[in-house]
Amino acid sequence: MFARRTVIALFIIALMMFAVLSNLYYLQVTRFEDYQTRSNGNRIKVLPVAPNRGLIYDRNGVLLAENRPIFSLRIIPEEVDDLAATLTYLKTLLDLEQSEIDDFYKEYKRQRRFKPVTLRNRLTEKEVALVSAHQHMHPGVSVDARLTRYYPFADALTHMLGYVAKINKKDLNKLQEAELEANYAATYDIGKRGVEKYHEQLLHGHVGYQEVEVNNQGRIIRTLQFQPPTPGQDIVLNIDIKLQQVVREALEGKRGAVVVLDPRDGGVLSLYSNPSYDPNLFVHGISSKNYNHLLQSKDRPLINRATQGQYPPASTVKPHLALLGLEESVIKPDTRLFDNGRFKIKNVEHQWRDWKPWGHGWVDVTSSIEQSCDVFFYDLSYKLGIDRINGSMVEFGFGQYTGLDLYEESSANMPSRGWKRARFNQPWYIGDTISVGIGQSYWTATPIQLASSIATLVNRGERYVPQLLRGFSFEGDVRLAEPKTLAPIEVKNPENWDIVLDAMYGVVNREKGTARRAFKNTNYISAGKTGTAQVFSIGKDEEYDEETVADHLKDNAMYVGYAPYDSPEIVVVVALENAGGGSSQAAPIARTIFDYYFKDRPTLISQTVELNGALPEAAHSHQEQARHVTE
Amino acid sequence: MSRNNLDNNQTSFLEKIHLDTPLLVALLALMGVGLFTIYSAGGQDLLLVEKQVVRLGIAFVAMLIMAQIPPLAYRRLSIYFYVIGVLMLIAVLIIGVTGKGAQRWLDLGVFRFQPSEIMKLAVPMMVAWFISRFNLPPRTFRVAIAFIIVIVPTLLIAKQPDLGTSLLIACSGIFVIFLAGMSWKLISLFVFLSSAFAPILWFFLMKDYQKQRVLTFLNPESDPLGSGYHIIQSKIAIGSGGIDGKGWLQGTQSQLEFLPERHTDFIFSVFSEEFGFAGVAGLMLLYGIIVIRGMIIAVRAQEAYSKLLAGSITLTFFVYVFVNMGMVSGILPVVGVPLPLVSYGGTSMVTLMTGFGILMAIATQKRFLSRE
Repeated sequence: MFARRTVIALFIIALMMFAVLSNLYYLQVTRFEDYQTRSNGNRIKVLPVAPNRGLIYDRNGVLLAENRPIFSLRIIPEEVDDLAATLTYLKTLLDLEQSEIDDFYKEYKRQRRFKPVTLRNRLTEKEVALVSAHQHMHPGVSVDARLTRYYPFADALTHMLGYVAKINKKDLNKLQEAELEANYAATYDIGKRGVEKYHEQLLHGHVGYQEVEVNNQGRIIRTLQFQPPTPGQDIVLNIDIKLQQVVREALEGKRGAVVVLDPRDGGVLSLYSNPSYDPNLFVHGISSKNYNHLLQSKDRPLINRATQGQYPPASTVKPHLALLGLEESVIKPDTRLFDNGRFKIKNVEHQWRDWKPWGHGWVDVTSSIEQSCDVFFYDLSYKLGIDRINGSMVEFGFGQYTGLDLYEESSANMPSRGWKRARFNQPWYIGDTISVGIGQSYWTATPIQLASSIATLVNRGERYVPQLLRGFSFEGDVRLAEPKTLAPIEVKNPENWDIVLDAMYGVVNREKGTARRAFKNTNYISAGKTGTAQVFSIGKDEEYDEETVADHLKDNAMYVGYAPYDSPEIVVVVALENAGGGSSQAAPIARTIFDYYFKDRPTLISQTVELNGALPEAAHSHQEQARHVTE
Repeated sequence: MSRNNLDNNQTSFLEKIHLDTPLLVALLALMGVGLFTIYSAGGQDLLLVEKQVVRLGIAFVAMLIMAQIPPLAYRRLSIYFYVIGVLMLIAVLIIGVTGKGAQRWLDLGVFRFQPSEIMKLAVPMMVAWFISRFNLPPRTFRVAIAFIIVIVPTLLIAKQPDLGTSLLIACSGIFVIFLAGMSWKLISLFVFLSSAFAPILWFFLMKDYQKQRVLTFLNPESDPLGSGYHIIQSKIAIGSGGIDGKGWLQGTQSQLEFLPERHTDFIFSVFSEEFGFAGVAGLMLLYGIIVIRGMIIAVRAQEAYSKLLAGSITLTFFVYVFVNMGMVSGILPVVGVPLPLVSYGGTSMVTLMTGFGILMAIATQKRFLSRE
């Protein structure tokens, strides 16, 4: 009996063993790969590693945006012997505020013991030295370095360079839409404005990965694999920082903007808007007090006036209109008109006044540009009509985005019948056309648009897109980016270019030219056009009196120019808000810029310096080369 | 077994101290496996291994002592053990020390003592004594009394509450009755009554945490970070071991602490992860040797009491192994039963080795009695 029961028991035992073994076989053999994956999923974590942001150089290799380490003081709680004592010590060493210690404790309670807790951000160099010197006596206390952006030229480049700041929710959403969030997994900052924003993808680089083994607490046990990040592309801008600083000084205390373009490739040598502000404020999070100050200032420093400022171009567009008149045979080179200071059309009571109350007398197209005769251009635009004007000025880029590599750009406005209908639900009146002839009415332009249009003029129709990006730097080797071009403006008679450009020469160099005084005794020959834009309308019998007009209603002063006249190297546009006359206010600033650019030039003949393929460090600016020759 | 091949002196020495060689070899082998696995599971802490060596030493000595006592003496003492045990269980419920939410310990001043450990041996001894007084197979009436002998301590322990131990003790008693030849009719009736008892157990006797364990067992993935976490991590550890394992000290689930209770209840998961299915089969073989050897000893024993007790001890031992392996691999609920001889821990080890001491006594001492 007992033996039989024993056999039965052994049989049941065998069955149970078989059940256990079958289950183990199922787990370990059949489903091995599944469990292996889950086991690895448990222990292996992939940590993203942020790439270093690309650096930004000016055309001569001067660093405009660099990465500097910022230091933070951190404590790893589990490595500290006596936390209270350590904190007391650090408090006296670094003059810690009680609030900093309170914040530390708040964070400390939330974190696991092996995770570092930040005690103070942005240590000064002195503080870093202090902590480092005493670190060995205080285990668990460490200084952590992270690279952040620093702009050494501060407010000189703000509007053009922009800045980076902490990635916010909006940025994150955009990155998600573009499916780029993985690439930003470890990144702290993102370009918010200017070049930093426009060329974000170039500058950012590609994220790297560290594959680590962690335990059940999430503590890193060891690194299994490291895929280093690809740093962002170092880029070279067309900007000449020395020129930019000259511009900045020239605009000191004024509201306005300057654009300096190289008409030969569209390169932006300088782009400045005043007033400016320090972009470094934004990198570490600007205080709300500082931000409100910038936001509420009535000088509106946050606006980039060079690309977003919409100014009536005023008389600076007379050369463009003259070219159109000649091309359309509305006027001939010798067409003359007597200007008595007033322009009238049949059956219209309104009179359009010249800026010169008694008129310019007999004028032709050349003298009308030189002296900036309004009546000639009232007549011209009346004869051309808005449709032809609009069609041609759009070709010059008015009312269009220039294609400059900045997002902060306005297309301003080149009015048309359709535009007025859509905007005001009103028909286009003849009177609207007439003031368009002197760059007023609904016509607005940005300084960069004006500069680009002047470049088109001096290039006789060839069009380059203004560009800040000059090329890419590879550890000193520069590869230039191709200049961007647009379809050129075709003319029926190329001599018309000469007539217009010659008139601009006259503005600066002939007896009655409006800018002759500002450009007396230069060692280069330039050409240009002044402009004075009314900000508010004067009644037909009123006089504009600078003395009695409120400051913010004063005229805008404009100047467009280029030099050397025979083979232009730079185009300069100056726009000053409520400054008064273009010839008295804007032209002298343009001269300062030309003077700097051509200073110490031995001859009037321009010297072309081949920059292509040169190292940024080795590439000397024009003026430096010129100085070499004279020495 | 292959006694002829062994050294003569050693044979006589082992026999002299009443040790059964195959059983001894298998037990020592398991202990060795346990020490290596504890070293790995405990984060390579030699101190832990040393403590376990001391416990094993104590347990070994206990076995040695028990092996010297003649089976007849056990038979005579059975009823006293049982009565004292039951009295102590009652005492536990009245004046016991509470720990981990259960009242299991008696404070004897010098050390704390768990009377349920005594009952693990006292119950099969008592049932074997009771049944072996009469002719086998037992009559229905005696089977009923035997069941009462089993149920009293079972309920007392369940009340502590220590459901796992109470069920194991019930098993050890029932095994004796089964081996004694309880009729199949009665067995069918018993199975039927047990299934009827299950709902009563669920609704009236089980505490919430015990119910939770059963629920978690039924669907561990329902609460992967809560109570299901342990069993999921354990299955991952076992499954990721594959056929040949990750290697000793190389188990990521255990070394990186994803596994709970690594050196105690879940040590089998550590072993499976590091030594794979091959290692598991080897370990199973060692347990198989012990069980078969135990049953051989039972069959060879000369009188009914020894047969029944040896059989019960062996079967109960197997139940421990089965329950532990079953719970860590997810086919049984987590009931907190250590893997015999391998898991880190003291009390149960001593009880277990005491049982093997009795088995050794039954295996070796009959020869002197029956030598012709």
